Amino acid sequence: MAALILGVGNPLRRDDGAGAAVAGRLAGRLPGHVTVAAVPGGAAEILAALQGAAQAILVDATSSGAPPGTVRRFDAAAGPLPASFARASSHGLGVAEAVELARALGQLPPHLVVYGIEGEDFGMGEGLTPAVVAAMERVAEAVARDIDAANPVHYDVVHGEDGGL
Amino acid sequence: MNALPKKTRTLEVDCLARVEGEGGLYVKVRGDRVEDVKLRIFEPPRFFEAFLRGRRFTEAPDLTARICGICPVAYQMSACHAIEEACGVTVGGPLRELRRLLYCGEWIESHALHIYLLHAPDFLGYESGIHMAADHAEEVQRGLELKKIGNEIMTLLGGRSIHPINVRVGGFYRLPAQRELKNLIDRLEHGLALSLDTVRWVARFPFPDFEQACETVALRSSGETEEYPLNEGRLVSSHGLDLAVADYESRFREEHVAHSNALVSTLDGRPYLVGPVARYNLNADRLSPLAREMAEAAGLGPVCRNPFQSIVVRAVELVFAFEEALRILRAYEEPDRPAVDVEPRAGTGTGCTEAPRGILYHRYRLDAEGLIQEARIVPPTSQNQKQIEADLRSFVAAHLDLPDDRLTWQCEQAIRNYDPCISCATHFLKLEMDRS
Repeated sequence: MAALILGVGNPLRRDDGAGAAVAGRLAGRLPGHVTVAAVPGGAAEILAALQGAAQAILVDATSSGAPPGTVRRFDAAAGPLPASFARASSHGLGVAEAVELARALGQLPPHLVVYGIEGEDFGMGEGLTPAVVAAMERVAEAVARDIDAANPVHYDVVHGEDGGL
Repeated sequence: MNALPKKTRTLEVDCLARVEGEGGLYVKVRGDRVEDVKLRIFEPPRFFEAFLRGRRFTEAPDLTARICGICPVAYQMSACHAIEEACGVTVGGPLRELRRLLYCGEWIESHALHIYLLHAPDFLGYESGIHMAADHAEEVQRGLELKKIGNEIMTLLGGRSIHPINVRVGGFYRLPAQRELKNLIDRLEHGLALSLDTVRWVARFPFPDFEQACETVALRSSGETEEYPLNEGRLVSSHGLDLAVADYESRFREEHVAHSNALVSTLDGRPYLVGPVARYNLNADRLSPLAREMAEAAGLGPVCRNPFQSIVVRAVELVFAFEEALRILRAYEEPDRPAVDVEPRAGTGTGCTEAPRGILYHRYRLDAEGLIQEARIVPPTSQNQKQIEADLRSFVAAHLDLPDDRLTWQCEQAIRNYDPCISCATHFLKLEMDRS
């Protein structure tokens, strides 16, 4: 599998569905070598999804206290993801843990980018809050730019110093 | 963005209840005495009991599966059995065996994840599975492979590994092809070998000297079938309980406690323990010979009283699950139909099955059209809550000299002995120490 876009999160928990929404927005609109998928979470499942990808982009919701809709982009090859991606307890193993597990096991894709969209409401139910909808659309555009049709492993990094978009 | 004509390959896995909720631990110490320990657990089942009302009986397995992302099959099995009892239907024969096989898949993926990524790091002195992976890549890979094999069983029988879609009241929507099932045998034999390695690995861990006397509760099959419990049996305990599942609520009570949104369970007013240790203590004679042999070689006596050794019991259950899965596959004969007909009728039904973490009880009352009038769901982790609190009380009392942050971490480790379900229980552990 050359390239993977993986939305992570649970659409039944409102803004936690941001990642899946990005995947849904991009499904069917990218070249054939790009796989678009969504997983609910779980480090083992994320790790399994990353297998064999030369280039992978993960999209997840964050809960860090930043204003809702804040988008951050991280190059996982450069170093560990910030704490806002990680769960406070080792019971919950999500994106940050999956990335670090892949790194520890030597299974990190050569190119791995993670987008975080700050959520506002993680309660029960479907539907993203307005700020997250807007952020989701921006991220979908950015992800599509990252995936280069001609050369799957080359992409432009366009982000601010703090990872902001 | 330009729309490009070529079609992308799209894979979608549906959602599960993600890690959520807050857990809290409140400890009150006066001088050198532990006055109070309260464990707070987030309770999704309460929400589900409410919105099941008015839904069709056929929806119970799919809706309740959303309560837990790690053990959806447990919810589906308990729901199916309860609805089928209400409607006067028994699912036997090959369909019954396929249900056991599906459950084995769930035990495998749940136990493997817990043993390798959540629990083993505590014994080897690592902060997390990730930290451990760098030094023990081979073992972690083994754990991930075990989990993957468990997921393969669930995908084959359940349609997908997360929230299986192939389970229905009466059986399944579609039967897997004989060829597909037989192909699984190689994978399971490989998994069995890995599970034996797992027992050998965890048996050598340093276990703190800590014994807890408590009442253990599990299913135990009665009558002709002498099997290690999964979907059926009577409720038994280390203190002489022998109860039909239908009478669960006559002895097991849920009490509302002021400090938590959770309801806590008691048996005749006492705390009790469910899960692998309870199952082992009450059903070790029903394990496969190989699993029994491994248990003995690993130093497990006829009963396990050290909660830290639960990791060994889970490893033994991994061996059992592979053996049972292989037994079922080798003997499997395809039934005529994927499901038994179930016609709705007014009435009440109960179901209790052994989730990876212990007994999971469901009760439904249906009207004549099969609409759910009332639902009651009691997950294993909430049943263990009082016992976990009791253990923590002893634990905190013995470690009062530790600074708060260190004590918090040790409490989390102690809680991990119970493999609390991340969707049903403690997520963030906030320790409040009230020292006066």
